[in-house]
Amino acid sequence: MKNVILVRYGEIVLKGLNRPLFEDILIKNIKKSLLGLGKINVVKSQARIFVEPDDENYDYISAIERLRRVFGIVSVSHVKKMETDFETIKKCSIEMVQKILKSREYKSFKVETKRGQKSFPMKSPEVSAELGGVILDNFPNLTVDVIKPDFILYVEIRENTYIYSEKIQAFGGMPQGTNGKAVLLISGGIDSPVAGWMMAKRGVEISAVHFYSYPYTSERAKQKVIDLTKILASYCGEIDLYIVPFTEIQLEINDKCPHDQMTVIMRRAMMQIAERIANSNGVQALITGESMGQVASQTIQSLVATDDAVNMPVFRPLIGMDKNEIVDIAKKIKTFETSILPYEDCCTVFVSKHPKTKPLLSAIIECEALADLSGKIDIAVESAEKLTIKREALH
Amino acid sequence: MKKTIYLDNCSDTKPFKEVSDYICKTMNDSFGNPSSMHSMGIEAENIIKEARKTIAKTLKCSTNEIYFTSGGTESNNLAIRGYLSANKRQGKHILTSKIEHPSVLNVFEDLKKSGYDVEYLDVDENGVIKLETLKKMIRSDTVLLSIIYINNEIGTIQSIGEITKLRDSINKKLCIHLDAVQAYGKIRISPKRLGIQMLSVSSHKIHGPKGCGAIFIDEKIKIKPLVFGGGQERNIRPGSENVPGIAGFGMASEIINSGIDENYNSMSKMKKMFVENLKKNFDDIKINSNENGSPYILNVSFLGVKAEVLLNHLNKKNIYVSTGSACSSRKSLQSHVLKAIGLRKEQTEGAIRFSFSSGNTESDIIKTIEALKEIIPQIKMKNYRGDVR
Repeated sequence: MKNVILVRYGEIVLKGLNRPLFEDILIKNIKKSLLGLGKINVVKSQARIFVEPDDENYDYISAIERLRRVFGIVSVSHVKKMETDFETIKKCSIEMVQKILKSREYKSFKVETKRGQKSFPMKSPEVSAELGGVILDNFPNLTVDVIKPDFILYVEIRENTYIYSEKIQAFGGMPQGTNGKAVLLISGGIDSPVAGWMMAKRGVEISAVHFYSYPYTSERAKQKVIDLTKILASYCGEIDLYIVPFTEIQLEINDKCPHDQMTVIMRRAMMQIAERIANSNGVQALITGESMGQVASQTIQSLVATDDAVNMPVFRPLIGMDKNEIVDIAKKIKTFETSILPYEDCCTVFVSKHPKTKPLLSAIIECEALADLSGKIDIAVESAEKLTIKREALH
Repeated sequence: MKKTIYLDNCSDTKPFKEVSDYICKTMNDSFGNPSSMHSMGIEAENIIKEARKTIAKTLKCSTNEIYFTSGGTESNNLAIRGYLSANKRQGKHILTSKIEHPSVLNVFEDLKKSGYDVEYLDVDENGVIKLETLKKMIRSDTVLLSIIYINNEIGTIQSIGEITKLRDSINKKLCIHLDAVQAYGKIRISPKRLGIQMLSVSSHKIHGPKGCGAIFIDEKIKIKPLVFGGGQERNIRPGSENVPGIAGFGMASEIINSGIDENYNSMSKMKKMFVENLKKNFDDIKINSNENGSPYILNVSFLGVKAEVLLNHLNKKNIYVSTGSACSSRKSLQSHVLKAIGLRKEQTEGAIRFSFSSGNTESDIIKTIEALKEIIPQIKMKNYRGDVR
């Protein structure tokens, strides 16, 4: 009997002839995510992946927590692997139940069997019934409840047999790197990290750009963005974060342009810089955390004016979401606590009291021309500081 | 490297060189547990005895009225909770002011939830507790009054003598706790003479190490511990003693108290000069610290400026200060102290706290004024013009 981790993946199964390609990328990502925890063997078998550690003292808890964050995985279980032999299955089932009852006060259970190997002489319901009986004999305080059991003992009979009782949900999505690359504009607020996470979940490899207005914003604001990127990196692996000095551009806009159009002009400059950074890294799209109508710069008119500044597609995965829906995701993915730290950021320092909510593109372009931006944008792109944010141990 | 100008001494102070040396020496040479029977234990115990003697001497009290803690927050918690839990039958009415440190205010908030009758004293525009109000609030069943001696944000010094006189005339049994974290080592304090029963002090505000503090508890009163253990600090605060911290605290206390009057005078001069220069150079400011307050603290609002932005600009010039209130345009975390003295939102938004120590010189002040003269017009214009256009 051996301890292994069973990894289930969802959507990839639906891919036709490309399926092995996706599976291979997923396996590669799984291996990467588990680096440093010890030697493992990763095996693909019948639309499932098994992670088999060499060492009996492998850190399964950390491994499962890391795997839960690998996109493309739907759920994981810590399972016992054994020979497909009914006597062994019985013995292991008893041991497993014993272990479960040590830490929990469960009163009822059921056995659920799946028989992948049809040559096994007993049918699934027969296995369940037989094992249920054995467990009842050994644990007289337990009863069977097929509708609402306290726990389920899952038995999967394949070439080998796998027994487990817990399915830990992961986030699903597509394996990272299967859907191209995009640059995320990250501010330090609640929305942009969520937007990046959602695109990464769909298999997009992300890098990030942050606009840094020191000394109008503090070093802590920068550290906050680094910390948020680290959290994203716990899902994506490595992320390149570009810190772009933005003070000069903001001062110029603040100085020369009408204040009610300042935010949109500023955002246009940000988009241009992000596009330039994307282009020079072979990246084809941008991601922002905008949500329809959340603030003045996120109305259709403002977004049209912002989009006009660049040629790349701009993805806005939060566009149709309410703030509370975004907050729910931020909490789920653990960026919320960091996002709400109260430091000034580039979007809060230079704000007009009454920004235009329906800016005209032509008017924006006219006002933008009052500021001398192109040279400053060049400098900003050139002097961007690149930080490579790595996945950190979670525990 | 450019010289740094550290004007954030209410947050933390630079440890005296003698202090850090002594801490190192204690850690390396005297690592025994004070409770151990052998000579190394005795050596460690003697270090603590020595420090306790120093603190007691500066507070003019007996050594068995001094208990070492992990700092101001623990001292405040222990005083308030410890006293109340040992004197449960005396009553449920407790008082404090609206301008306390969070380590007092949040304890009172929690006590309120567990059934105590909590009242908060108003202060006037200078941050001084209104004695008239206090007079009306003290009842025969009032158990505890906790007051911050020198306020940490604006530097107001409370007239403790008058408060205790008032107490004596209404309810002699009422116990008074003084949060003296910003007062100890800055002004002379004698709890017995003031007529107060408990007093909290902290080490890292007087050039000692962090993680160390003390509490004075009058012999005549009873308090219960918050944590239980092996009987150290006469069972009021058990746990193996922080010997290096206590050693450093004792040393810092010795040094700071030996120069207390001299420092007070030079701080007063420095603060006066700072205020005069501010008034001369800037129109849109409001001095939030009153003239009779601590010379170690100067709180100023720069109107039309965001304090955090000003802080960052000063930071860039290696000048370190605090904002009067953590305030961002997203989430307005207005300072409860500035609110209590009646400041409007736009006044609190631009509030900066400069706090001094004997490590500062007049040239620091001049350089800071120069820096402000350069920065304020820049950042004020940018923020204000939007409203003008």
